[in-house]
Amino acid sequence: MSDTPVSRAARATPPRVARKIKGLSDRAIAWIFVGPTIFLLLAINIFPLIWTIQLSFTNYKANRIGREVKNIGLRNYERILTDTDIWLNMQATAHFLFWTIFFQVLIGFTLAYLINKKFKGNDLWTTIIVLPMMLSPAVVGNFWKFLYQPQIGLFNYIVAFFTGKEPSSFEMLGSVNLAPWSIVIVDTWMWTPFVMLICLAGLRSIPDYIYEAAEVDRASKLRQFFTITIPMVLPFLMLAVLFRGIENFKMFDLVVQLTGGGPGSTTELTSINLKREAFEKWRTGYASAYAIILFVTVFGLASIYVKALNKVKER
Amino acid sequence: MKNLKLASASALAIASASFASTAQADDLTLCWAAWDPANALVELSKEFEAQSGHTMSFEFIPWPNFADRMLNELNSGGKLCDLLIGDSQWIGGGAENGHYVKLNDFFDNQGISMDDFAPATVYAYSTWPKGTPNYYALPAMGDANGWFYRRDWFGRDDIKAAFKEATGRDLGEPKSQKEMLEIAQFFQGREIDGKTVYGAAIFTERGSEGITMGVTSALYPWGFKYENTPGAYDMEGAVNSPEAVEALEFYKEFYETATPPGYTNSYMGESLDAFKSGQVAMAMNWFAFFPGLYADPNTGGDKIDFFVNPPQNQAGSTLGGQGISVVAYSDKQDAALEYIKWFANPDVQAKWWELGGYSAHNSVLNDPGFVDSQPFAGDFLDAMGGVQDFWQEPAYAELLLAMQKRIHDYVVADQGTAQEALDKLIEDWTEVFEDEGKL
Repeated sequence: MSDTPVSRAARATPPRVARKIKGLSDRAIAWIFVGPTIFLLLAINIFPLIWTIQLSFTNYKANRIGREVKNIGLRNYERILTDTDIWLNMQATAHFLFWTIFFQVLIGFTLAYLINKKFKGNDLWTTIIVLPMMLSPAVVGNFWKFLYQPQIGLFNYIVAFFTGKEPSSFEMLGSVNLAPWSIVIVDTWMWTPFVMLICLAGLRSIPDYIYEAAEVDRASKLRQFFTITIPMVLPFLMLAVLFRGIENFKMFDLVVQLTGGGPGSTTELTSINLKREAFEKWRTGYASAYAIILFVTVFGLASIYVKALNKVKER
Repeated sequence: MKNLKLASASALAIASASFASTAQADDLTLCWAAWDPANALVELSKEFEAQSGHTMSFEFIPWPNFADRMLNELNSGGKLCDLLIGDSQWIGGGAENGHYVKLNDFFDNQGISMDDFAPATVYAYSTWPKGTPNYYALPAMGDANGWFYRRDWFGRDDIKAAFKEATGRDLGEPKSQKEMLEIAQFFQGREIDGKTVYGAAIFTERGSEGITMGVTSALYPWGFKYENTPGAYDMEGAVNSPEAVEALEFYKEFYETATPPGYTNSYMGESLDAFKSGQVAMAMNWFAFFPGLYADPNTGGDKIDFFVNPPQNQAGSTLGGQGISVVAYSDKQDAALEYIKWFANPDVQAKWWELGGYSAHNSVLNDPGFVDSQPFAGDFLDAMGGVQDFWQEPAYAELLLAMQKRIHDYVVADQGTAQEALDKLIEDWTEVFEDEGKL
């Protein structure tokens, strides 16, 4: 008998077990291995999804066990899609998504570009820059709350130093105009390093000989940047945008700690609103419909985006 | 005769069941919010442990998470708590959803009479449907929203003179809501001992119940009503009455002109911090905190005094406080009932007040020495005479969150008018009651 891994495994299998599996086809054995994973996937992901879809057509409330559950058709969907307050939540989420991604990509790429240059203390700076993303969002939310405090907050004092305004004359978290920007600033501070790391990986994956060839062709630095660096880093950048987009669409903890959704409902992102509907008001059926709408939105946008990403990679 | 025998037999059975556990020591868990009175209750309960042989464990949850944590526990049929000191607004849900044990038979058999407790507390903390003799809790902790102020500042000649010059009247405890605003505006931005101070700390918190508890302290004195006819859920004209609109505009003006900067999401803790750090001249908060405030070495003692929420068109205070209930999912209901019987004892109630808890027992409240027993005791009695509570419906969380949103949108985020905020609130509440099948 040859001494391959398969034959060694066959010899090591106890005869009793060997007799039992002897009659099984390769496909059956494959199912035995894959089965538990599929079962878990069905139990943890697919079943709850189907159940949520079913609940979204009812008036079910999880805290009212004895209450009659009625099928109300598309009423929950209709209420959500015609509710102006929910559209305001969607707008707040879109504002947060767009600007956090914009700033994170801009600053993250710039930092990666600078860090990629060889200089003394390069590694130390990389470590310092990535520190914010190692912190818990709840911690970050809490200490930025203090930084934004109008009377004692460092942020207000720094702004006051540069603008000559009174530190307590403006409230980052309490003003309807500034609060949406205050959460953008904190998220950008925390997650720009993540985008930077992905961009850095992209920059370091560009072989030096391409730049050397460009140098031989007398291409300017600017031209090299736009015709080599950007196109080759683009798939990485797009991946970073995808990750941050999905993460920020479900942003909850950081914003809850900072503003609690206020002032009023100015920073009440859809995830915060959804949590209130599902686990504070206990409108389970309504919240299920809301969750399905958000899921379809994210899934749809992500699918389109991934297709675009694949096209860029194929180029 | 047969009925009498049956009744006696059942009474005996219940009584024996109630105390069967005296032979068997249980470990009871009591759940409540984490605040000053909870520490007093731990101290008080040592006596119960010594008498009964049971041991007591405590699960105290910080206020911002208290409702979420406990309602989730009840909704999931959890066995964490044997006894729960739950908020007054939970009584409807507790009763209708079967979370709380109905206590009528137990009270009858143990000779516990609800007539021995202050009527306002029995109505608010124990009964469901409201006002009917169906008891699901024993009044445990009377409470209302009141005020405290810097007595030392109010007593300073230079400040008194400046106030007289500014307003034409003497500085003292306000006799109306509008006087209170005037005092707060007088202190706003004033320099005292080289430090800028502000008018008052009020409730503006968005996430749980803060701004609702604060704004109702203005709405009730203006004569706010939830319904035109009690039980009819006819809110149009009551919730958005001209008086309610005026009260809401008043609260917004208070927020905008007499509170410290950045005071946009503040509740109990922030109010206490603002006062103790010498930032504000006055603050609103629950009476439950007053013993601790009076004992504070820096801002307590002769530097502080207290007053009941001032009237405007009428007297009115926002009700706080809780009743103690036996959780229906507990396996130790007998021992838990034993605790309730012990707690209802007048001597225990007297000690409860002595330790810093607010007893609702008449023997304590009607004691001739009660009013002078603490500097805030008289105000507490006044407040409890005019308290009003939020909806106590099973759907109270939906009703509360709707109000949180509408009021915060108007007062803090400056969106729309008071009239629009209250009109939208009626729409939200109507939708909830329609869902509930009550409209």
